[in-house]
Amino acid sequence: MNADLDKQLNVFETKINEDINIEPRDWMPDDYRKHLIRQISQHAHSEVIGMQPEGNWISRAPSLRSKKILLAKIQDEGGHGLYLYSAAETLGISRDEMLHQLHEGKAKYSSIFNYPTLTWADIGAIGWLVDGAAIVNQVSLQKTSYGPYARAMVRICKEESFHQRQGYEIMTKMMQGTKDQQAMAQDAMNRWWWPSLMMFGPHDSDSPNTGNAMKWKIKRQSNDILRQKFIDKTVQQAHLIGLSIPDNKLKWNEDKKSYDHGEINWDEFIRVINGDGPCNKQRMKHHIKAHQEGEWVRKAAIAYQLKRKELINQ
Amino acid sequence: MDTQQQILHYVLRLGDNALISGHRLGEWCSNAPILEEDLALTNFALDYIGRAENLYQYAAKLENKGHDEDFFAYRRSERDFQNHLLTELPNNNFADTMARLWFLSLYEFYLYNELCSSHDETIAAIAQKSIKEIKYHLRHTKEWVLRLGDGTSESHYKMQKAINDYWMYTGELFEMDTIDHEMLNLGIGINPQNIYSLWLKDVKETLNEAQLQVPEDSYMQTGGKNGIHTEYLGFILADMQYLQRAYPDAKW
Repeated sequence: MNADLDKQLNVFETKINEDINIEPRDWMPDDYRKHLIRQISQHAHSEVIGMQPEGNWISRAPSLRSKKILLAKIQDEGGHGLYLYSAAETLGISRDEMLHQLHEGKAKYSSIFNYPTLTWADIGAIGWLVDGAAIVNQVSLQKTSYGPYARAMVRICKEESFHQRQGYEIMTKMMQGTKDQQAMAQDAMNRWWWPSLMMFGPHDSDSPNTGNAMKWKIKRQSNDILRQKFIDKTVQQAHLIGLSIPDNKLKWNEDKKSYDHGEINWDEFIRVINGDGPCNKQRMKHHIKAHQEGEWVRKAAIAYQLKRKELINQ
Repeated sequence: MDTQQQILHYVLRLGDNALISGHRLGEWCSNAPILEEDLALTNFALDYIGRAENLYQYAAKLENKGHDEDFFAYRRSERDFQNHLLTELPNNNFADTMARLWFLSLYEFYLYNELCSSHDETIAAIAQKSIKEIKYHLRHTKEWVLRLGDGTSESHYKMQKAINDYWMYTGELFEMDTIDHEMLNLGIGINPQNIYSLWLKDVKETLNEAQLQVPEDSYMQTGGKNGIHTEYLGFILADMQYLQRAYPDAKW
């Protein structure tokens, strides 16, 4: 028995070392499976919960064009949620179980969506900064070791880069607009910058899950490296349209050819993750309410399907 | 009102119906019973908003006063809108939304099918694009009428109630006024009364298949075409037009 296990582990590790994807029917260590379920379901939940702060502005989008773009973007996010739930299902967990874990507070979603979208500029900031940060992470995940997750990422990255450009376009238009619009855009920048940096997670020295994830090539680059990539590309984009970064310690470092930045408020990060962000309760209440209110519809669909089957069998 | 004005009104009516219907469907975002349905409803909203945009672009051209499509959506007031009352009613529960959208999609299916051969080339082109979307809306909503009507006793009750509640708003879809007469004479518009019998036949067939009763004939609400709306429209516009009204000099 042990010899079998060793052999399986050996095959698994050889594949990982040779950058061959692990597929659903392959043997994998329990902890690898658990880690992936946790990460992919969290990713799926983030896409779905993220529909709330953005959906908040569909009815008020200020032009027909911007309304169409926002509707399409939110659909993309919901679609990403679907692929990711499916990818997680290949690991032996159902969507119902994942939703149950979310509602019980056992599964998390990205903390960024616990911040409110207060003005139209926040829709620009989410597209540009939040999707921008997500892309940096997801581009790296295209090379993750689990096949279905890696393939989902390839498709998701294509759509996310549209979102980022669309978000930047909103900010650009506002910065070229009236004084009120410029103030709105800068205010959104001020509120979303630091939470966007927090999206990459704790510093490498404080990141408890990184060890195995890196060894198994689930995660390919560290939190700090990804965060730095995001900062370096975004600062220039901000300056180009006249937005300032709310960090007085931000400075170009010629030696390392990237920006130094101020200290992230990790107390806020932990507080929001643990449930005391501005919208944690609102987001969960909303999701649970929609799910509960839809129960009779789901039951009806199942009942109808059963009746059809019976008719066919008769 | 000269002919050009009448065509403008006809196009605005089509646009207003699409805009308000799209607005209501957009409200379903993150509220649907399953994720797949969330995507379907916001996808329909996107179809409607796209259709409204095309129609308002044409309206801007017909009006010839230098306005753009957003003017018609964002800078007109309650009494200027000429959409059917059915489109502006609140979403309520899922059965209500499906009943409303099914009644509308079936009507639009026959309407836009005929508009595909309108003598007005722009209307015909928009109709040809729209009809593909409408066919899909119709198929989707009809499936839900069947599922809910013939699902559980609870879903049956809710679907029947929805059909009954919205019935009085369906008469307005087939009303004919002087603008409709003129558009019919010019070969631009259609005779809504001609499509009524087709609509009713399909409604009866589907309700029958779904184990639902066809509501008895009763008083039909009216007013939308003349800008006399329900109280709900004012709130839709307050919500939708807020940024354009609060910052009139801004471009977005």
